[in-house]
Amino acid sequence: MTDTEVRTPAPASAPPAKGNVALAKAALWLLRGRTLIVLVVLVVIFSAISSEYLTQSNLILMTKHVAINAILAIGVTFVILTGGIDLSVGSIAGLSSMIVGGLLFSGLDVGTGHIFFSVAVVIVIGIIVGALVGGLNGLLVTRFKVAPFIATLGILYVARGAAQLLSDGGTFPDLSGTPERGNEGFRFIGVDSLLGIPVAVWIMVLVAAAAIVVTTRTPFGRRIFAVGGNERAAVLSGIRVNRVKIAVYVISGACAALAGLLLTSELGAAYPDTATTYELNAIAAAVLGGTALAGGRGTIIGTVMGAFVIGFLSDGLVLVGVSTFWQSVVKGAVIIFAVVTEQAQQRLQSSLNKRTA
Amino acid sequence: MNEVVQAKNVSKSYGGVRALKDVTFTAYRGKVNVLVGENGAGKSTLMKILSGSEQPTSGEILLEGEPVTLSTPRDAQQRGIGIIHQELSLFPNMTVAQNMFAGREPRRKGRFVDDREQRRRTREVLNRLGQDLDPDTLVGDLPIGQQQLVEIGRVLLEHVRVLIMDEPTSALSNHEVDVLFRVMGDLRAEDVTVIYISHKLDEFRRIGDFVTVFRDGGLVAHEPMSETDTAWIVRQMVGRDPDSLYVRNTSATGDVLLDVRGLTVLGPTRPLVDDVSLSVRAGEVVGVYGLMGAGRTELVECLMGMRPADAGQVSVRGRVETRATVQARMDAGLALVPEDRQRDGLVPTMSVRDNILLATIGDLTRGGLLRGGREQSTAAAKVAELAIKIPGLAGLVTSLSGGNQQKVVLARALLTEPAVLLLDEPTRGIDVGAKAQIAKLMAELAAQGYGVLFISSELAEVIAMADRVLVMARGRLTAEFTAADVTEEALVSASASEKVLE
Repeated sequence: MTDTEVRTPAPASAPPAKGNVALAKAALWLLRGRTLIVLVVLVVIFSAISSEYLTQSNLILMTKHVAINAILAIGVTFVILTGGIDLSVGSIAGLSSMIVGGLLFSGLDVGTGHIFFSVAVVIVIGIIVGALVGGLNGLLVTRFKVAPFIATLGILYVARGAAQLLSDGGTFPDLSGTPERGNEGFRFIGVDSLLGIPVAVWIMVLVAAAAIVVTTRTPFGRRIFAVGGNERAAVLSGIRVNRVKIAVYVISGACAALAGLLLTSELGAAYPDTATTYELNAIAAAVLGGTALAGGRGTIIGTVMGAFVIGFLSDGLVLVGVSTFWQSVVKGAVIIFAVVTEQAQQRLQSSLNKRTA
Repeated sequence: MNEVVQAKNVSKSYGGVRALKDVTFTAYRGKVNVLVGENGAGKSTLMKILSGSEQPTSGEILLEGEPVTLSTPRDAQQRGIGIIHQELSLFPNMTVAQNMFAGREPRRKGRFVDDREQRRRTREVLNRLGQDLDPDTLVGDLPIGQQQLVEIGRVLLEHVRVLIMDEPTSALSNHEVDVLFRVMGDLRAEDVTVIYISHKLDEFRRIGDFVTVFRDGGLVAHEPMSETDTAWIVRQMVGRDPDSLYVRNTSATGDVLLDVRGLTVLGPTRPLVDDVSLSVRAGEVVGVYGLMGAGRTELVECLMGMRPADAGQVSVRGRVETRATVQARMDAGLALVPEDRQRDGLVPTMSVRDNILLATIGDLTRGGLLRGGREQSTAAAKVAELAIKIPGLAGLVTSLSGGNQQKVVLARALLTEPAVLLLDEPTRGIDVGAKAQIAKLMAELAAQGYGVLFISSELAEVIAMADRVLVMARGRLTAEFTAADVTEEALVSASASEKVLE
C-alpha cells in the first residue's frame, strides 16, 4: 500500500489550497492588530527622527495628552457600539468645565451670599451634569426618535451655548480655591502625579478598566452589542432597547464631563471654548480602534489604542517640527486608512468563514 | 404552437444549494403561462434567470429559437422581456409619473425632463389599467394595491414581448384583480407572452392557458390548463408523501395555555388582524395556514407584544395579559421564533453562544458579572439538545447553515422557558433534511408539554404536522380543520375565502 492510496482525494468543490487559507489567516491577524502595529511603527519612526521622542518624560507627557481624548473616546465608543453617534461630547466637556469653574471660582449664588463646595462635591456635580445632558441626548433619540446625528448635533450647540451663558463668555481664571472656602486641591486630578505617573493617566486606566468590564463581562454590555448588531433581534429577545440607548448616552456624557474636568484642572482655568471639536478626535479614536460606525462591533481596548495613535502621532509631528497644516492632513489620512483596512478585514473574515464553513 | 421563450436544461446553484435542477421550460406566444409551486420550488429563480438578474449555472436560454445571453436586467428589457417582481421596486418619495419613467425619462431638447409628456403617457397607461389617478400623486401615499398597478404600468410603457409577473395579485383587491386580468387578456390578444406566477388556484384557473408545476427545484408537470383540475395541481405541487418527511405530534393535550379573544390590529386601509380568537393547549401543535399578507405574522407579532393590539384580550396560562411589551409577554410564557431570522432573529456580529444566550443573559451572573463557565455550559447544553451543528460556540452565527441558524433562534426562545412557542414559518428557506429535523423538534416539544403555534405557507407541512389547522385570509380566521378532516383543497379555498369563521 502506497501512501497515495491512503489520502482521500479532495472533492471537486473544495476550497482553494490550504496555503491560501493560512495566508489569509495571517493577513487577518495583521489586520486585527493593525492599531497596535501602527502605534509601534509610529514610535519607531519618530524615535529614529528625534532622540527626544522615546524618553520617559516625553512618553509620560504624551500619555497625559492621550488620557483626555481616550476618556472621551471610551464614552463615545459605548454610543457607537449601539449604532448611534455622539457629537456633543466636546460641548458637554466644555459645559461641565464651566460649571465646575464657576462653583470653584465664585461659588453657588443663593441670593444671601455664595456657597462653596469641596472639590470632591464639585467634581461629582460636574460629572452629574454631563450625565444629565447625555440623558437628554438619549431621550431625544429614543422618546422623540430624533436621529442620533441630529440630536447630538443639536445638543452640541445647546451645551456650548449654555457654557458661554454661564459666564457671559468670560473665563473663570483661578480655580485653586482658598482654605477658608474649603475648596482647595482641584489641581490634583489634572496636574499632580501619583507614583511618578500623572493622576489623569491613572483615571484613564480606571475608566478604561471599568469600561472593559462593563462591555465584556456584564449582561448590559452584551445588550449594547446586541442593540448595535441587530436592533430588531434585540427587541425580540426582550431587551429594553430604549433603556440601553439612554444608558450609553448617559455614560458618554459622564465620560465627557470627566474629560472636561481633567482638561480644566490641567489648564487651571475654565473658559467656555474648552474642548471645542474634541468630539471629532474622540470619534476618530474609536474608529481607528476598529469600532464599526454601523454598531455591534468594537472594543474598548481598541479605542484606547486608537487614542494613543492619534495622540502619539500629533505630538510626534509637533516634536519633529511638521506644520500644523500637515498635521491635519496626516491625521485625516490615517483615519481613512484605518477604515479602509477595517473593510479589508471584514471582507477577508467573511470569505474565510465561507471557506471553512 | 409557437415557443417564444425556452429555458433548456437550466440549473442554478447558490453555494452548495441547488435551487434549479435541469429545468426545461417553454412559454408560448400569446398565451398566459402559469407557474405554480411551493416556496423555494424554484419558480422565482427561473424567472430571475429569464429576466437577466441571475445567471444560470448551466443550460441555455432560447428567445424565438435563438440562444441568448441575458447578463443584466437591461439586456432582458432590450429584448422585450419585462418583469413585475413580487416585492415592489418603486420609489415612494416620487410621483406616479416619475416612478413610471424612472431611469428613462422623456427628454426635451435632449437634456431636460419633459414633464408634460411624462404625465400624458402616464395618464394613458393608468387609463388602460382603469385607474383614475393624478400622475403627480406620491407613490408612497397610494394603497399597496394601486402601487402594484403602478409597477405593472411601468412595464406596460415599454414594448414588451414577454411579461413575467411574480405573484402580482397578492396585494390586490378583487376589483383590482379583475382589472389586471382584463389587461392580461388585452396583452394576450396583442400576442404578448405572459408568464404568471401565482399561489391562488381559483384565480389563475380563470386566466391561464398553460400550467407548469415546480417542486424542489425541478419542473414536475406541464399541461394545458383545460386538461387539469385543482386537485391534480395540488397533488403535483405537494408530490411526495408528506408523512414520510414530517413527524406528527401524538401527545395528549392538556390545559389551555394560550387563549386569544377578538384580537384586532388596525392597518392603514383594513385591519391587519381582524377579530381573531383562538386557543392553544399544552401538548398541541396548531398550524396557521394562509397566503402572503393574510395577517399571520402580524398576529404573532401582536401576541408577542411587538405591535399594539387595537382590541381583544390575550391570556397565557389562564392569566389575562394587560401589558403588551415583549418583556411582559416573555415573562408570561410566550416566545416567538420570527419568520425572517436574518432580520429579526440573529445578531450577525455576535457568536453562536451570545446569540443563544441573548434573551436570558441576565440570569447568568454572579455579583453583576457574567459567569463565563455557566454561559458556555448553558449554551453547549442547548446545542446538544437541539443537535445544532456548529464549528464552535465562539464562531460567528452567520457561518452556520440556514437550518442551524433557525435552531439557534429556537434555542434562545426555549431558554426563556416559555409555555407556548410561536413559530413563524419555521422551515422557510431551509433544506429538506433540516425541515424534517425542525418538524421532529416541534413534535418533541409538544410531548414535553409546550403549546406550539406555527405559521406555514406549505400545504404538505401544515397538513402533516398540525393537530389543528387555522386558516387566515385578509386578517380574519376563515376556517378551522382538525388533522382528520383537513385537505389541501379545503385549505386552498379557505385561504382565498372572504367568509369569516364563526
